Amino acid sequence: MDVQSFSSAFRDNDIIQGVLKEIRRTVTQPWVIMEICGGQTHAIMHYGLDQLLPPEIELVHGPGCPVCVTPLELIDKALVIAARPEVIFCSYGDMLRVPGSQRDLFSVRAAGGDVRVVYSALDAVKLAQQNPDKQVVFFAIGFETTAPPNAMSVLQAQSLGLKNYSVLVSQVCVPPAMHAILGSPANRVQGFLLAGHVCTVMGYQEYPPLAEQYSVPMAVTGFEPLDLVQGILQVVRMLEKGEVEVQNAYQRAVTAGGNKAAQAIIFKTFQQVDRNWRGIGTIPQSGWGLRPELVEFDAEKRFSVEDIHTAESPLCIAGEILQGLKKPHQCPAFGLQCTPTSPLGAPMVSAEGACSAYYRYARVESN
Amino acid sequence: MCLGIPGKIVELYEQGGLKMAKIDFGGVLREACMEAAPDALVGEYAIIHAGFALNILSEEDALETLRLLEELGQLVDELGPEASMRVASNRED
Amino acid sequence: MLNDKNLPTIEGPVCAVPLRHAEQIVMGHGSGGRMTHDLIEKTFKPFLASDPLAAGNDFAAVLSNNDGQSGGRLAVSTDSHIVTPLFFPGGDIGRLAVCGTVNDISMSGGKALYLTAGFILEEGLRVEVLEQVLASMQAAAAEAGVQIIAGDTKVVERGKADQIFINTAGIGWIPEGRHVGGELAQPGDAVLISGTIGDHGIAVLSARGELGFEAEVQSDVAPLNQLIQAVLAAAPHTHVLRDPTRGGLATTLNEIADQSRVAILLDEAKIPIHPPVRAACEMLGFDALYVANEGKVIVIVPEAEAEAALMAMRSSRYGTEATRIGSVQESPAKRVLMRTLIGGTRVLDMMSGEMLPRIC
Repeated sequence: MDVQSFSSAFRDNDIIQGVLKEIRRTVTQPWVIMEICGGQTHAIMHYGLDQLLPPEIELVHGPGCPVCVTPLELIDKALVIAARPEVIFCSYGDMLRVPGSQRDLFSVRAAGGDVRVVYSALDAVKLAQQNPDKQVVFFAIGFETTAPPNAMSVLQAQSLGLKNYSVLVSQVCVPPAMHAILGSPANRVQGFLLAGHVCTVMGYQEYPPLAEQYSVPMAVTGFEPLDLVQGILQVVRMLEKGEVEVQNAYQRAVTAGGNKAAQAIIFKTFQQVDRNWRGIGTIPQSGWGLRPELVEFDAEKRFSVEDIHTAESPLCIAGEILQGLKKPHQCPAFGLQCTPTSPLGAPMVSAEGACSAYYRYARVESN
Repeated sequence: MCLGIPGKIVELYEQGGLKMAKIDFGGVLREACMEAAPDALVGEYAIIHAGFALNILSEEDALETLRLLEELGQLVDELGPEASMRVASNRED
Repeated sequence: MLNDKNLPTIEGPVCAVPLRHAEQIVMGHGSGGRMTHDLIEKTFKPFLASDPLAAGNDFAAVLSNNDGQSGGRLAVSTDSHIVTPLFFPGGDIGRLAVCGTVNDISMSGGKALYLTAGFILEEGLRVEVLEQVLASMQAAAAEAGVQIIAGDTKVVERGKADQIFINTAGIGWIPEGRHVGGELAQPGDAVLISGTIGDHGIAVLSARGELGFEAEVQSDVAPLNQLIQAVLAAAPHTHVLRDPTRGGLATTLNEIADQSRVAILLDEAKIPIHPPVRAACEMLGFDALYVANEGKVIVIVPEAEAEAALMAMRSSRYGTEATRIGSVQESPAKRVLMRTLIGGTRVLDMMSGEMLPRIC
């Protein structure tokens, strides 16, 4: 296979239609299936996949967008740090538009802050080497997928002896979030598509206890349309047969134990901490923070950020949206006070946030 | 959190104390960190996320998956639902 | 004062000394005096030669149209160009400036005739860079068959402009009876594109170097007036012509759907994208439908004339990959929809804000 075929083969329409047919043939009753990865939400919308599934299957989007769940207080801290004249503030592109209590990184840049988009965390380290008179701060957000590159940047800065590199950490983990969702009394989720690239890094050995505890079958799923329908088919089959297992529907990229070298990089850098999930609240031991011996690279410690008045919009119900308990059009502010150009919360900002996706589709249905 | 795409390793080298590679995405070249895939060889494929190789892709598994799913679609047409569910559950997961 | 050889020297800051052969643009070049005059004579005029410019007046007196026709209307457009870097694979700011305005005029269905060019130069700009840009403008104007008939140049302090800003205005002549515009799309029309999308935006992004990738991609910047004239000759009832520049194909189609109060339905499988553009977009998380183009035109034409329009484009230098990508429908009005590769339907909104690389 050549590199383009790796993707295009998994977009083969004939094979996809065949799997869709099999899904339709298999399903006999309604099922609620959740996917917890922003990349999968994006792919489902990009291909219009949910429209092609039988009506019995309801796909629910979980809090799989690290942009959406980064706590408001941390964004406000980022904005204060980015505005400092000695700082070059680096971030993945996703974060630039997320609103803090009053403004976002775009407006900090417009006011003269040096805010730069990077594709890779290691580019931020390069900037620190090239600008010894500046403090480079990198916004280290992400799930387990992004932890290895974020961690690598800290380890490299340490080995290069850099004194002007630090990270603002907002690493979150999937399994504790799933506990919070599946353990909620209002939970409707019956089957789960597991985040493929999270499992590429971590493997999927953490999930069988979850599946058993809540009787929820799961399939590790990739991101191309063929991967998605394969994952959905496997979950639907288990649901119809009453089986509860964790299956791997992304075999070319995932093994049960995951990538040990990547995990070593993570655990050399990070340790488990409690994390606050925007819209959901604090979930114990649900994220990672820097290990004590690396605390010199912690931007929160390096820049003491006082006097932050964090105020979430009282109208925003992002939490209920992120847990799949409410749909965006059930929010009273949806489409009125809260739109993509003037968002009140993160799910309206992020490209695959549930609210911004619904905003575009809802207008079509109402025509 | 998961925008990772396949890329072909065309060159391996060290830079800034890290194992790096030049990756070809199909007419687009970019470097990526290979510290999580230290035994990778030129010519292999990796999943690249934010300039970092998450894993080496198994071409064998990819072809096997495609073959099974393709068969699934054909059998559904020819033999009916029972046969297709039996075939697909032969896979060891 | 005299030095030790009894020859006059000039010491310290006195009045500005006119430099005979400047290597850099300095503030004096913008002051309107001899330095400005020399810059125009020695740097600008050799490249932007036309009778009106040679006449040396502050105005250009030209014939109102070149074809001796009566009736018809003037088409006028203006655009400013601020691209970084100045030179990128496939083009540069000069070519962009000329083609951009030639194309804007051509989208009216009119014949592009004249251009003006105003320059804002940053103090410190190397004159040889300016000359390269001017040479490129000369070549583009010659290719397009237009004349640059009026110009202006100002100089601002270092840091107040990004090397060169160029404004061009264009003048053209629309023959009597020809009506082309974004408000004229009709249900039943065919939607055609003259070639691949996303090339310019990706070429410039890769040349900027901030995201660290190299791509086998060239900007598509090109003058489309000849292609458009061929289309209008073959398909005289063409309704809409528009170039999908900033915001890309999706944003431009939204503008048209809005103006014409129609729905536009695209077929994803039919949209032509060069593989390296596709690969770059996938790596960064971009959607090629929103990436800028500088040498493509959207043609919306009654179904009966669609084949003729396509053949005219494919026989044209810049339209060899022209293809049909969709159709116009009555509803849902003012919406652009796309049938995806697997048969789903996706709404294509206007682009909101900047397109940024994502990890999600």
